[in-house]
Amino acid sequence: MQILGHFNYWIFIILMMCGFYMVIASDNLIKKLVGLGIFQTSVFILYISMGKITGGTAPIVIDKAVVYSNPLPHVLILTAIVVGVATTSLGLALVVRIQEAYGTIEADEILAQDRDDSL
Amino acid sequence: MIAHLPALQVVIPLVSAPLCALLPAGRPAWLAAMTASWLAFLIAALLLYQVLAHGPISYLMGGWPVPWGIEYRVDALNAYMLLIVAAIGAIVASFGRTVVEQRLSLPVNKHPWFYTAYLLCLTGLLGITVTGDAFNVFVFLEISALSSYALISVGRDRRALVAAYQYLVMGTVGATFILIGIGLLYVMTGTLNMGDLAARLPAVSGTRTVRAAFAFLTVGTAIKLALFPLHLWLPNAYAYAPSPVAAFLAATATKVAIYVMLRFFFTVFGVQFSFETMQLDKILLPLSLVGIVSASLVAIFQTNVKRMLAYSSVAQIGYMMLGVSLVSVAGLTASISHLFNHALIKGSLFMALGCVSYRVGAARLERMAGVGRSMPWTMGAFVIGGLSLIGVPLTAGFVSKWYLIVGALEKGWWPVAVLVLATSLLAVVYIWRVVEVAYFKPAPEGLKVREAPLALLIPTWALALANLYFGLDTSLNAGVARLAAQGLLGGAP
Repeated sequence: MQILGHFNYWIFIILMMCGFYMVIASDNLIKKLVGLGIFQTSVFILYISMGKITGGTAPIVIDKAVVYSNPLPHVLILTAIVVGVATTSLGLALVVRIQEAYGTIEADEILAQDRDDSL
Repeated sequence: MIAHLPALQVVIPLVSAPLCALLPAGRPAWLAAMTASWLAFLIAALLLYQVLAHGPISYLMGGWPVPWGIEYRVDALNAYMLLIVAAIGAIVASFGRTVVEQRLSLPVNKHPWFYTAYLLCLTGLLGITVTGDAFNVFVFLEISALSSYALISVGRDRRALVAAYQYLVMGTVGATFILIGIGLLYVMTGTLNMGDLAARLPAVSGTRTVRAAFAFLTVGTAIKLALFPLHLWLPNAYAYAPSPVAAFLAATATKVAIYVMLRFFFTVFGVQFSFETMQLDKILLPLSLVGIVSASLVAIFQTNVKRMLAYSSVAQIGYMMLGVSLVSVAGLTASISHLFNHALIKGSLFMALGCVSYRVGAARLERMAGVGRSMPWTMGAFVIGGLSLIGVPLTAGFVSKWYLIVGALEKGWWPVAVLVLATSLLAVVYIWRVVEVAYFKPAPEGLKVREAPLALLIPTWALALANLYFGLDTSLNAGVARLAAQGLLGGAP
């Protein structure tokens, strides 16, 4: 039960590790950004999960006495989503410029070209 | 007006940033950026004066009471950091316009965007420092980080693009870790206000969630401040960024990350939890020592002088973290005063290099042969910065090294004190390599190099002279640092 009860948090950890692994392991700069996106998105699930209260509804005041979910983490994560969008778009813009300058977006080929430059 | 200074500190550069983008390229955009950054400096100076005279300032954003609203809280440490960031921001913004713009890989009509990014970066760094809200720290951290990636990528060398990309990946991982840490703290305490967090954390500090939050925040800030071995993004980013950007980031960005770390460890988690329960000092001490030695050694073998200074920055960050790991007033005073002194040192060195590379084309060692005679003022500023980096008496660098050694001896850590002295000698070696080439190698035949224009020399010398001034009058750099250190350790403010 304990494990199932923490289902959201398990998903958070698995997604986070998947994303992190992609960032480290892939050589393709776009795939790295995809990994980074998954990594950031996993944190959204963490925040959204912790604001949710079992049986809680959206925090709109109605006459009946009900349990409300905590809206603050959800609002916070809206900001983080914006940050994530900005990061991804800036990253993609950089990749476009790298492609123009190097003719490739593979990290090892870029590294090889840089090594030739410094010789 | 005076009551709203903490808000204006952030709002002025924030509002000026989009304004710059709307102004025509050339003088107007630059003037707007310079005015905004000097105004920010003026506000920071007023804030520091107020804090020293009347104690900490608490400013409620929009009048919402804490802990619901966002509080801007300025105490001795904040005010001191604001002054560093704003002062460097203003001086770097005054660095000759035409020269700076010439070195960007942007078409002329896009130049105003450079100033927009610069002001946004300044906004972010000032915001991190002034705010008393944990989530606000993350937001400003990302504002400053995203704009600094953009600033680095406009360097003329194509490697600047790759450096900016690498920094983007590392920086985002670091910021996301900080975000997770803040989220875990919120779930345990239900608050984001730093003062409120500090009050509520002891009750739950035994839980695994708080420990995980502590770990995430430690690693996140360690990436941001480029603590060895998480410094890999730094050397390339500083080496290929345009010189003024390198001067600005080297002097402020990592310093502000160190501030975030100090704030979280000392104010939010508390000394007891951070250093007795979690024993963080036992991790920071070896990492900072290894960082100092290895980065200094690597710096000796660089032929790109900007890269050399970047590695030297990693070593200097090691000194600052060494002071933190001493967990004493003397150690913290050393760290905090080194934040100030190193900002002056690296600011002046990178700006002097900016002058050199403007005249000789690149900041590579072999290109600098003989520039000591053809550019005496520029190299004079470089030598003063270098002496201060080494920690020669009568320079600012000496003050922080002195406190660091006093702190180590207080603890009875003789080997650490000896190591600090020995690694200063490594700094002598790498600074000497530049001095030797610049002064004692003959200039190549037929190459006429002139002194840098005054528009570059004046800001460079302003920082170089500050290195000398604050080596003699230590009431600001060491005096306020001591106050801030006592505040962090919970003593009388």
